[in-house]
Amino acid sequence: MSVDKDTVRRVAKLARLAVPESRLEPMTAELNGIFQWVEMLGEVNVEGVAPMTSVVAQRLKWREDKISDGGQADDLMANAPEGEAHFFVVPKVVE
Amino acid sequence: MTLAEARDAIRAKKISSKELTGAFVKAIEGARPLNAFLTEAGEQAMLAADAADRRIAEGKMGALEGLPLAIKDLFCTKGTRTTAASKILGNFVPPYESTVTQNLWDAGAVMLGKTNLDEFAMGSSNETSAFGPVFNPWRAAGSNVNLVPGGSSGGSATAVAADLCLAATGTDTGGSIRQPAAVSGHVGLKPTYGRCSRFGIVAFASSLDQAGPMTKTVRDAAIMLKTMASVDPKDSTSVDVAVPDYEKLLEGGIKGLRVGIPKEYRIDGAPAEIDALWTKGADWLKAQGAEIVEVSLPHTKYALPTYYIVAPAEASSNLARYDGVKFGYRAPGVHDITELYERSRGEGFGAEVQRRILIGTYVLSAGYYDAYYSRAQKLRTLIKRDFEQAFEKCDVLLTPTTPGPAFGVGAKTADPVEMYLQDVFTVTVNLAGLPGISVPAGLTPTGLPLGLQLIGKAFDEATLLRAAQAVETAADFKAKPANWWSV
Repeated sequence: MSVDKDTVRRVAKLARLAVPESRLEPMTAELNGIFQWVEMLGEVNVEGVAPMTSVVAQRLKWREDKISDGGQADDLMANAPEGEAHFFVVPKVVE
Repeated sequence: MTLAEARDAIRAKKISSKELTGAFVKAIEGARPLNAFLTEAGEQAMLAADAADRRIAEGKMGALEGLPLAIKDLFCTKGTRTTAASKILGNFVPPYESTVTQNLWDAGAVMLGKTNLDEFAMGSSNETSAFGPVFNPWRAAGSNVNLVPGGSSGGSATAVAADLCLAATGTDTGGSIRQPAAVSGHVGLKPTYGRCSRFGIVAFASSLDQAGPMTKTVRDAAIMLKTMASVDPKDSTSVDVAVPDYEKLLEGGIKGLRVGIPKEYRIDGAPAEIDALWTKGADWLKAQGAEIVEVSLPHTKYALPTYYIVAPAEASSNLARYDGVKFGYRAPGVHDITELYERSRGEGFGAEVQRRILIGTYVLSAGYYDAYYSRAQKLRTLIKRDFEQAFEKCDVLLTPTTPGPAFGVGAKTADPVEMYLQDVFTVTVNLAGLPGISVPAGLTPTGLPLGLQLIGKAFDEATLLRAAQAVETAADFKAKPANWWSV
């Protein structure tokens, strides 16, 4: 499997990552180097093998469905690039 | 001075935490050319040392009372900048504390500062840091070429190797504790997945990440792990297994211990000294009463490619949160929300992180999920099964930690795959969720340190540490790097 420049551009869009046009070509080559290398996984017969879902055998923990924390709006806003009162400010989303 | 020695000296009132801490604060300031620390916390450390001394005077001593430590800058520390060595978190000051560091402070430990690392822990040389590379205190004999300290916990490795702290914390997703410890000449322990809480550690690949100690001795690793490990309601993957007193369990020797030698770890092109050291390690254990058995881990060669699907897939999901809205870097002068996301991420993430986000996004995208991600998760099942079968015949495994010693800064940055191969012996352990430890075991002909790795059964760190101590005793590794960095 190999990817072309257009695929890399599309994936970058999916990942919301601005990759400058000049970086697309070298990035495509780097990714293809990696994809060619992982191709070797194709030679393993994985029929009937269950995909791993948890590396340590344990049942997911349950807890009571009640509020145990909160009221930390000031802390949440402390690192905001732009904020007003307890709101995060972003460019206009809805016309 | 080791952590255990310092602890005993403090308890015997031969030295105060302030004296000890002051000496390390000074050493850190004098070692700035190594670039091991991203944030020095000297003033804060002296205040903490003073408080520790007061508690000691009152006879209220924690397990690590007054002992100064270095913390990898991937652990969130309340009120102290935490960057993950990324521009995107360059000004992030967490309003909360990671569970592992909280455990350390509750035991009385003192934080000296936050150490450099590969950006978001993605790298094996500390060269992907947005704040510049870290230099290994070790240099080849007669050379003044700067070497990398390994990665991603490169700053912590250098801080331990150059005696800038008593011990440090690291995190290990594919070898990020063990590989730097090996090429920097000290001990690095990755505990079983779920042994230490991941709460408050900047996430890279959540099913692989695990925190652990980087120390001067195996005993120090046992002491650190006892305090770092806990069952934490804030991390649903932290496992409900009691934390034993690992230091006490170091006693008893290794008579009758079955040590497996996995034949697939003998790779073509590895330097002869790696193989020789491995054989020597087996002989050391045998001489102390262990039984050496040959075992097979047939899927070993698929571990790295499996990792480079699973880890980027998880990373692409974990790193989606960095969007320039609630915290972290925001690109200036944007006109709409999509541009805000794309440019903040494009400008905030470095090249290696971007590469991995793209790989992860691709392997999870419609049409490729089965061919890549699902297949990799099946390989992971097979790799874990290999270990389960091997552990029917043995109690621990012995392997080299790295395929070679520390390499030059810039020597492996051109080809990503060549850099990834650094983790060929360590990554299997993360995929299988097992504990692994690297112990300094010898020097190359040019005087650079090499490590041996021991791998244990899940949650059997006690046996692992006992075997590691046996290697340590026999290796009697006393070499120290010559100080060329002091300003």
